[in-house]
This record gives sequence, structure tokens and C-alpha cells, in this order.
Amino acid sequence: MKNVCFYFKIHQPYRLKRYRFFDIGNDHYYYDDFADDEIISRLAEVSYLPMCDTLLEMIKESNGSFKCSISVSGTALEQLQQYVPECIDKLRALAQTGCVEFLSTTFSHSLASLEDPEEFIREVKLENDLITNTLGIKPKTFANTELIYDDDIAMLISSMGFKSCLTAGAKHVLGWKSPNYVYKAATAPSLKLLLTNDKLSDDIARNFNNPAWPEYPLNADTYMDWIAALPEEEQVVNLYFSMDTFGSFLPANTGIFQFMRALPRFAAERNIVFTTPSEVTAKMKAVGELSVPYPISDIDEARDVSAWKGNDLQREALSKLYGVAERVSLCTDRRLKQDWEYLQSSDHFYYMSTKNMADGASHAAFSPYDSPFAAFTNYMNVLADFLVRVEEQYPESIDNEELNSLLLTIRNQASEISALNKEVSTLRANNIEELTVVEEKPAKKSVKAPAKGNSVKAEKSTKATKEPKPAKKKAAK
Amino acid sequence: MFGWEFPPHILGGLGTASYGLTKGMHNNGDMDITFVIPKPWGDEEKGFAHIIGANCTPVAWRDVSPEYIESRIGKVMTPQMYYDLRDHIYADFNYMKLNDLGCIEFSGRYPDNLIEEINNYSIVAGVIARTIPCDIIHSHDWLTYPAGIHAKNITGKPLVIHVHATDFDRSRGNVNPTVFAIEKDGMENADHILTVSNLTRRTVIEKYGISPDKVTTVHNAVIPLSDDLLNLPRREKKDKVITFLGRITMQKGPEYFVEAAAKVLQKNKNVRFVMAGSGDKMDDMIRLVAKRGIADRFHFTGFLRGNQVYEMLADSDVYVMPSVSEPFGISPLEAMEMGVPSIISKQSGCAEILDNVIKTDYWDIDAMADAMHALTSYPSLHKELRDRGIEEIHGITWEKAGKKVIDIYKKVIADRK
Repeated sequence: MKNVCFYFKIHQPYRLKRYRFFDIGNDHYYYDDFADDEIISRLAEVSYLPMCDTLLEMIKESNGSFKCSISVSGTALEQLQQYVPECIDKLRALAQTGCVEFLSTTFSHSLASLEDPEEFIREVKLENDLITNTLGIKPKTFANTELIYDDDIAMLISSMGFKSCLTAGAKHVLGWKSPNYVYKAATAPSLKLLLTNDKLSDDIARNFNNPAWPEYPLNADTYMDWIAALPEEEQVVNLYFSMDTFGSFLPANTGIFQFMRALPRFAAERNIVFTTPSEVTAKMKAVGELSVPYPISDIDEARDVSAWKGNDLQREALSKLYGVAERVSLCTDRRLKQDWEYLQSSDHFYYMSTKNMADGASHAAFSPYDSPFAAFTNYMNVLADFLVRVEEQYPESIDNEELNSLLLTIRNQASEISALNKEVSTLRANNIEELTVVEEKPAKKSVKAPAKGNSVKAEKSTKATKEPKPAKKKAAK
Repeated sequence: MFGWEFPPHILGGLGTASYGLTKGMHNNGDMDITFVIPKPWGDEEKGFAHIIGANCTPVAWRDVSPEYIESRIGKVMTPQMYYDLRDHIYADFNYMKLNDLGCIEFSGRYPDNLIEEINNYSIVAGVIARTIPCDIIHSHDWLTYPAGIHAKNITGKPLVIHVHATDFDRSRGNVNPTVFAIEKDGMENADHILTVSNLTRRTVIEKYGISPDKVTTVHNAVIPLSDDLLNLPRREKKDKVITFLGRITMQKGPEYFVEAAAKVLQKNKNVRFVMAGSGDKMDDMIRLVAKRGIADRFHFTGFLRGNQVYEMLADSDVYVMPSVSEPFGISPLEAMEMGVPSIISKQSGCAEILDNVIKTDYWDIDAMADAMHALTSYPSLHKELRDRGIEEIHGITWEKAGKKVIDIYKKVIADRK
């Protein structure tokens, strides 16, 4: 019996507006709301909404035997909330069917997994909270930004309690192996790996509307025949798509929605079932370990991270951004934190790619900029302003450790003060009681003791969470 | 080929382009090129083309001895060549102002009596066309179109004209009717027209009413610079230097450079600006710089000669060409080859073929200032553009352009038959 997992990814970044260098220090709003609104509204209309409807119908028509999974980045979810709230309702409806698993990913579709492990964990937590609060489902499976994955990331994902992770079935990693099995991470054996089947994914995403393709036009029964014809032992087929493939890249008039809707029927005829990644994880055993020493992803011909870290521009921008990660994590300014999220979106770095040939065209197609150089200039101007704001909060003259200990003292003092305040107020209350009630001593004791205990505990807990941090950083450096 | 300028004595990009193209065509092999210029100096490179000076070509018979010729014009022409040309004088031009060799004097520049000089050049072309057999005639820029037409009428061979610029570029639209008439006449009489960019091609088609099928774009290329120039010492300096290099005329958009400089200097004090070159707008620019209060960081060098240009580039961090209308613009290519990243206007022809430059609209001072700031503040951008720019330039060769021109020649000759 074959298991087919569909994954749909929804992501939109907050695009930056044209930000000139003379705006640095003067203008702290960086986003092109108009473009964001226009793009997400259009995509929702042609793709997200009709696709969600299609999925709902597929689930209904198949009596719940059609299943799939969706990952929505935090920035996309926020934009949907802001501009197309009806889309959130649709996602919620999908969640309520119980047939759709929502995956965890990074909040801003960031590259934190490559740059800063602590930031990565924070981003994932943020995303998990957002998904849980908005859709009422706690994600159990992880799919990183564009499926970026390597051995180090595996350990991080596993440490966050995920049992499985979706990544790219990159040929240079798999070699002779097939992506249609469950593997486990070499560095974290408890983490199961699900690998995308590039060929079958591309047959829909790239070839469905390509008249030059020998198999054109593709029908649902043929497609299911191909899956059924896979060797007996290969039991999992992971199909990964950006959701806007359906309706935007492949417009509705190509018949893509009808194609999708016909799939469950033909699958049932061929004894193929649809599953969610956590079901696969629970059901199947890993056939072997997969070691990925260098990061892989789902992007570009090379299936590596060169789309974001391929040239000096991208590397400089990334190192400047993550250079202040620790400082920002100490900040409490809400706007600063928000900008920090939005600036991390991998898209900004994608636009700076100077790759030529086939890949270059797809980079250019998504970019709001004329050239990678313009993308870099604009981003760096925004980043310069952002860094000025971080600097204003915490001047560079104080180094991170010192800052940490200062903040720790302040926080401890705050908790101490509140504890003392409590004590004072209880004493005062007791004094009043003393005046009215004769029996005062046992009451006083019982109140005082827990108050003291509290303050010590608070101190201990802040120390425990805060102090190991600089030490870790140092070791990493 | 008829041209007006030839290195090393050049006044603008025309000479460089003529030289590069001729050499590129020669390197493709099987070409015998005669290149006519108004006034050769004798130190031109001769390996790939026979250079004939219009000012050494007799238009009236003078009885002179070979020794005398040798002593007078030996550097540029053999006595035998002189006699051959003398045998083909076709009319009596003694009424004109001639020298002792029966030749007309040329300045070889752009004097006030330019129209007269153009006319004289075409008279001389008549003698040359009768003397030297050819298969095709190629005229570089409007100054030589009349000569080309004249030669075509005499020999009956096809004429190809090469539009390096049009008067619409030079005058920002206020076209000189005489020049326009000469240009249009040349284009109409030509069998094929080569333009240095699609921008110019459009101008030729739209403003001169030429049929698109006889206009082809052959983008200019760049002559590899010698190692001496590439390895010019780069001085250690505290400030970044942003350079404008070229004639300071309306066409080149110098005022946009100054305005952008003023914007950059409001924020960033560690940048110096240099405006190298001279031209009729120079005084205005000095005044503008003073008015903006940036004279302490804005410098004028005056006209740069020969290697000074490359010394200036070697000292620069960024090169800017804000031309309002630039048919091609070879200088950013040279800057890039020297490892100096360039900012060019989208209104210049070279923007059509260059990828590793920053392109802005010439009037978008904000964008230009932004690009200047980015290139001086973000080292990785500077490095990326420098390294990739050098790589890109090495792929743009005159041999490829020459090949294209030769193919067009073949087509034109075939069409004739």
C-alpha cells in the first residue's frame, strides 16, 4: 500500500519599500504595505482560497480519506490576518476536518537554522505558538525554510521535540537511494526524515502546463498509475508544493483544480492512501540513516543554500544581520523585535542572488527589484537604520556579557523589589490586623515565609536561564 | 573606411571605437582595410589598416620630388602612395586654399568651420575612392557621411554607415538642422546602417524615418588595457573617491552628478567627488558646487590627457556616468576593466549589455546618491561588482563586434548582386 503525503507551503515576506540612505536614522518604517496587500490579496483570490476550497471538497467527497499537510509561515499568516482574514477562516476549517496536519516552520521563513541556533529555536517557538493560537493545532512535524537541512539542524529540530522532519530529496545526498522511504537523521536517530519526491512534484508544478513535455497533458489517472507503478517496497511519496503553484503559477484554466479533485478517486482504485506526515512517522520504520554534512534545500538546480548564501553580498548582509541577534534578543522594544523578524525573511537574500542562467530567471521573477545590487543596497540601508536603533538601545561600547549581567541585575532587582513590596504590603495588612485582631503572630509568619521563598526562587530561575547563554556563545565563537 | 578620429590623438569615444572595431575586424582575418582620417600624426598603429591622411592627399597637381614628399609627410605616407593619389585627381581645385603639396589642410578636430572641413573631406574622398579599389565603404559618424556618399557614387560600391551618435543625443533634442540634414542624407543613401546600441537604433528609425530592416545594432566593445595601466599604483587614501569623467556638456548630465554628490555629503563626510574633463558646462558646475556648499569635497581636474585618465580611474572607488543620452559610452567599460564599479544611467547604450553595474535613471538623483552611498559603505557590494565586472568585460571583445560587422558586409554585398 502506497502512502502519499501532500505538503503545501504558504509563505509571503514583508517586502521592503524603496529605502534611501538619507532615510537612515529618520524613517523607521521599512515595509511596502501596498505591494504586500496587492500580492497577498491577488494570490489569495486566485490560489489560496480556491485551493483551500478544493481541499475541503476533496476531504468531504472522500469522506475524510484524503489527507494532506500545510505549512504557513508566521509572516504569511500575519499578512493573511491583516489583508485576507477570510483565508484564515478557510485554514481553520481545514484544521477542523482533522485531515489536515499543520507543520511547524520558521516564523519569518528565515535562514536562522544556518546562522544562529538560538535564534532558530526562538523562531520555531514563535511559529508554533502562532499556529496553535490561530488554528488550534499544535504542530508535530517540522519543515524548515525551503526544507533547509543538515546534520546540525537535525539535532536542533530533535531537541525541540519533533519526531519527524521534511526535507529535500536532493540527488547529491541520496545517491542511489530512493526518496520514497522513511530515513532517520544520522546525528539524531530519533528524528525521522521524510524526503520530497522531486520528479513527481515537478511533474505537477513544472510540467502540468508545459505543452513541450512528452506526457502533456497530464491526467489524474495517469499520475496515480505512476505512483502505483513504483516498486513494492517504496511506500511513501512526499509531494511538496508552494501553494501558489495551484491557481497562480498554474492558472485555474489549466484544469489544475479538477486534476487535484480527481486524485482521491483514482487513488482509491489503485489502493493508494493519503496520509499526514505524523501518521507516516508513527506507522513506518526508518530504513536507514541519512547523513547530510552540508546543508541542502529545495531551491535551485544545486539543491543547496547557494540561493541565499552564494555571493559576498548575501554573506555580508547575513553576517551583519545575525551579528546583532543576541542584542536584539535582550531588547524588549516590540517594534524592534517585529522588524527583527521581518528582516530575517530569506526572500530578502534570495533577491540578492547573482546566479546566471536558468536559476537566475526564477530569482528575478520573484524579485521586486531591478537587479540584485539594488536589492542589496536597499536591504543594507534598512539594516543600517535597524542597527542604529539597536545601538540606541544598547550601545556597542558595552559588550554582550556585561550587558547580560547588567540586565540580569536589573531584572533581579525588579523581582526583589516586587517581593519586598509584597512583604511590605502584607506587613502593613498584618499591622492593621494587629490593631483589630489580637492573634497576630501565626498569620505574620505564614505570609512572610513564602514571600521570601519567592524572591529567592525568582532570582535563581532568572540566573539559571540567563547565565549559561554568554558562556555558550563564547564557546561557539 | 572613413573616420574622423584615431588613437592616440582622440577627443572622444569615436576614435576609440573606430580603432577597436578596425582591429577586431582585422583579427577576424581576410580583411584589407584602408582607414581615412583627416589628419594623421604618424604615431598611429599601422599593423591592421592602411592609414591615409586627408591632409596628405593631393587634390591639385604639384610637381614635387620623392625626397621632398618623404621629408614632408614621410611619417604618414610613402611617396609612391602620394603619386598614385595624384594620378587620380578628378577636377581642378586650385581655387581652394592648398599647400605646397596640393593638399587641403585639416585640423582633425571639431573647429568652428566644421561644415567646411567636412565638405573638404568629401572632396578628398573622391580622389581616394578613385585610387584605392574596395568592396565596401564604411563611414564612421556624420562627419564622414558625405565622403561615404561621394565614394559610393564614384565606385558604385555599397555604403555602410556607422552611427556612433546622433544629434539628438548631443543636443538633448534641440537639433541643429544642418547636422540633421547631413545625418539624414547619409542614412538614406546608405545600404545598411550600424548603430552602437538599440537606443540609437530607435532614434535612427523614429527620428530619421529609416526603415528598421536596414538598421542593425552592433554594440561597442572594449580594447583590453595594457598591464601597465591595469597595474597603476593605487594610493592608500582615507576617503573614498567618486569620479565623473568625460566632457562636461549637457549630454553627459554633470549637474545630476553634483546634485547627487550634495545628497551623499549631507550624510557621509568621508567621500570625495572628482569631476574630470572640461566642457562648456564646467563653469556652471563650479558655480553649482559652490552654491551647494560642497566645494571642500568636490574637485575639478580639468581636461585629462592620455594616461592621466587611467591614473584618475586607478585612484577612484566608483565611476559615475549620468549621461542624459549616451549612444553607447565606452568609459564605464574601461572603468570596470580597471576594477572600478560603475553607476550608469539607464539612458546610455552600454546599459543594454552590462549586467554588473548599477543602473539608475539620469534624473533620479536619489537613486544615484543611494548607489554612491552603497558602493562606498558596503564593501561586499563594491567587491562583488568589481570582480564580476572585470570578468564580464573580458567577455566583451571587438573581435565579436568585428565578426558581426563582417557578416553584415557579406549580406550587403550579396544583396547587391
